[in-house]
Amino acid sequence: MTALNVNGQSLDVDAEADTPLLWVIRDHLNMTGTKFGCGVAACGACTVLLDGQPIRSCVLPLSAASSGQAITTIEGLSTDGAPHPVQQAWIDHQVPQCGYCQSGMILATVALLNSNARPSDDEINSTVTNVCRCGTYPRVRKAIHALADAIDPTEVTS
Amino acid sequence: MNAPANKGRRRFLIAAGAVGGGLAVGSWWFYRKRDMLAAPDTLTADAGESIFNAWLKITAEGRIVVQVPRQEMGQGVLTSLPMLVAEELDVDFADVDFEQAPIAAVYGNAVMLGESVPYRPEDKSWVAEFTRLSQFKMGRVLGLQSTGGSSSVRDAWEPMRQAGATARAMLLTAGARRLSVNPNQCAIENGHIIHTDSGRRLGIGEIAADAAALPMPTDIKLKDRSAFRILGTAQPRLDIPEKVNGSAMFGIDARPPGMIYAALRHAPVFGGEIATLDGKVAQEMPGVHAVMKLPGTSMTNAAVAVVADHYWQAKKALAKVEVAWDDGSHAGHDTDEQRTRYMKMLESEEGRTYDTAGDVESVFATATKTLESSYFAPYLAHATMEPINCTAVVRANDSAEVWVGNQGPPIVRLVVGKAAGIDTDQVTVHTPYLGGGFGRRTEMDVVMQAGQIASRMKDTPVQLIWSREEDIQHDLYRPMGAATMRAAFDSDGGFAGFESKVVGQSCIYGLVSRLMPGMESNLMKDRTLAEGVFDLPYAIPNRRVGHVLAEEPVPVGFWRSVGHSHHAFFAEAFIDECAAIAGKDPYKFRRELLTHSPRHQKVLETAAEAAGWGSPLPEGVGRGIALAESFGSIVAQVADVELLDGEVKVHRVTCAIDCGFAVNPDTVVAQMESGIIFGLTAALFGEITIKNGRVQQSNFPDYPMVHLREAPAIDVHLIESGVEHIGGVGEPGTPPIAPAVANALYTLTGKRIRALPIRV
Repeated sequence: MTALNVNGQSLDVDAEADTPLLWVIRDHLNMTGTKFGCGVAACGACTVLLDGQPIRSCVLPLSAASSGQAITTIEGLSTDGAPHPVQQAWIDHQVPQCGYCQSGMILATVALLNSNARPSDDEINSTVTNVCRCGTYPRVRKAIHALADAIDPTEVTS
Repeated sequence: MNAPANKGRRRFLIAAGAVGGGLAVGSWWFYRKRDMLAAPDTLTADAGESIFNAWLKITAEGRIVVQVPRQEMGQGVLTSLPMLVAEELDVDFADVDFEQAPIAAVYGNAVMLGESVPYRPEDKSWVAEFTRLSQFKMGRVLGLQSTGGSSSVRDAWEPMRQAGATARAMLLTAGARRLSVNPNQCAIENGHIIHTDSGRRLGIGEIAADAAALPMPTDIKLKDRSAFRILGTAQPRLDIPEKVNGSAMFGIDARPPGMIYAALRHAPVFGGEIATLDGKVAQEMPGVHAVMKLPGTSMTNAAVAVVADHYWQAKKALAKVEVAWDDGSHAGHDTDEQRTRYMKMLESEEGRTYDTAGDVESVFATATKTLESSYFAPYLAHATMEPINCTAVVRANDSAEVWVGNQGPPIVRLVVGKAAGIDTDQVTVHTPYLGGGFGRRTEMDVVMQAGQIASRMKDTPVQLIWSREEDIQHDLYRPMGAATMRAAFDSDGGFAGFESKVVGQSCIYGLVSRLMPGMESNLMKDRTLAEGVFDLPYAIPNRRVGHVLAEEPVPVGFWRSVGHSHHAFFAEAFIDECAAIAGKDPYKFRRELLTHSPRHQKVLETAAEAAGWGSPLPEGVGRGIALAESFGSIVAQVADVELLDGEVKVHRVTCAIDCGFAVNPDTVVAQMESGIIFGLTAALFGEITIKNGRVQQSNFPDYPMVHLREAPAIDVHLIESGVEHIGGVGEPGTPPIAPAVANALYTLTGKRIRALPIRV
């Protein structure tokens, strides 16, 4: 048994040590919001936050995660039932199409804005490297800029 | 390498059309008007719900539950189809919910087949019209409940508005009766039936059961465009809230109780089989239930599958299965050789004629100037973000249940029934959200395999997941194509003659041969082999457009915009060359050839003007234009492109579309953005190559996609030309982008791009 801290909950997982965190989340914990896309850390559909940092969970073995690290999946992003501001921006800008990549896209954006409240286009390009086959990129970019504009600079903490 | 014989022996046609043509002869009932509102027996009402017709239920609380018989893959049908009902019903869109319609003939997609005939849009000859009607009727008779061909809104446009309008009349009649007033003095507002003079009101939920019991009126008049409140106004997509919080269920998210997993590896060469298999080590690994051979079928190569408690266990054990493959007869297949052979076939073979007008021979013989160019486009994989998967359980009582993102639930039902050896009506199909479709989920390969595996694991649900590598290497590819194009100019510099020949495989034949092996028919040509070339809108008096059919071991299938995806590149890159030969600006050259068609002209003008065509560009930036009509919509795009250290950077794309009328305008904008980026990935990167019978690419690192950093800014301009011209939007954004970018690059380099992906 391996203990994990997922979305603020302590959970025990009975999986082989080399099982990627992606499959632990999807297949052992049955939390299906985190998606399998490529298995080689190339597309970002499996992005989750590990202590606030975006990681590609399809290549992170369970043995490399510990209960001391906070794992946040898309299911744990909103609090009290209200959408997280990034989720709300995604609704406002009607970003998703098929929607499959959007859990990862949203979490990558959350991590970006947490570390850089007003990213430039170049910074967006180099940090949100998730693949979206529906081509929602123009709306992803608009939503990120709108979020940056909405943040009161005096309240930003990093 | 054995080049497959190509003697025009097979005539690749639409199977359904062939059957339809046969039925049509002397079958009066075939052409009778069918009732598109009669609810099928399979539509069931939950407690408190009243069924009004095939498309609509109303709950006791007044919620409107619309039946959507098309699959949501990001194109917005779960919103746009309910909008059609809500408009005529006079209810608020916030009171509308969607439900997936059951499988029933009434939901057959007639427009998809009706559109598939190989005639130019303006061809109204009796043969063309008869064939269109036969195909259309066939879509209804067959109950071809499938999603594709950018057809969902067009097909639903009449019946779903009728469904709403009819229910509205029934609600008013029942409500007026209850209020003891004349229905003509009542209206539906805010979910209530209101007697206008007295202000007395009834919730529509209160009267729904009475109303649904009334006879269906037949003399309903639908609203004029000017009365629309919902249609034509951007409505937020109903599926988006659950797509931002992880709760949206895709096929791969199915979790029936007791489910286990399967991973598989296909024979690497097309048509390959398993020679020997040793699964002893794998069989002993943790969690493994079974190591099995899946025989090759008309849909797939043979494969080895491992079934285990968890996917990772199945995947690890699969790597330990020792397999010797029997590569079969295609182990020498090579796309370089195929390309060379295609160019020879264009020279030596006549092919079939798709369009002919005037006297091409004499125009070329007497021309003052001629131009000839050859073009090429490679195979492409779909690479839907959700890897190919299917979950199935076959029960000991000879029933089955299947969960799969698919573009045709009735076909899923047939295939699972066949794979499991049980009756079709004992198969229940669940279609969750599709994590991308693009034509890929029309295919039944994974469904057949999941049925085979589940049949051997009775009463245990099994989720079969293909790895991304299996997806890229065992897709049904967008066909490779090559073309020669010729133009003749008369002494006044006029574009007098156009001749084109394309070579490639048929997607329609591919699909038919997979679903119905051995079926051959030659009643109709496959339109997709020449679409985008034989139906070019330009006024060219002398034309000949042909196609040379190729047969290859590489399976081909529908890929967003199908024939248009590469034909628009061939045609519109060539038209740009023609403009240069004629010494004219490429925008003005096209515009002059479209004076007979104000709709095309306006689309072209809108894109050009919005892009600032003719205005000075920053140093190093080039601008290109292209126009393509597909799936009933006309699209023009202008691309602003720069070359940065040898890399193509597309800064901005200006897009204009005339889809007649935009039901949900923001969805049309989103689909243009989507189609452009999908097409840009193909233009800049997309290439599947084959050596020694094996696909050389395997995953995103070697089959790259456009990311945010490569995505251009996109401006979309919608042109409304009238509800009578309503067209599709899922695919038409894709065809023009490759030629627009190629034409822009020419202005920078002076070199023509005649092959995809673009290399500069």
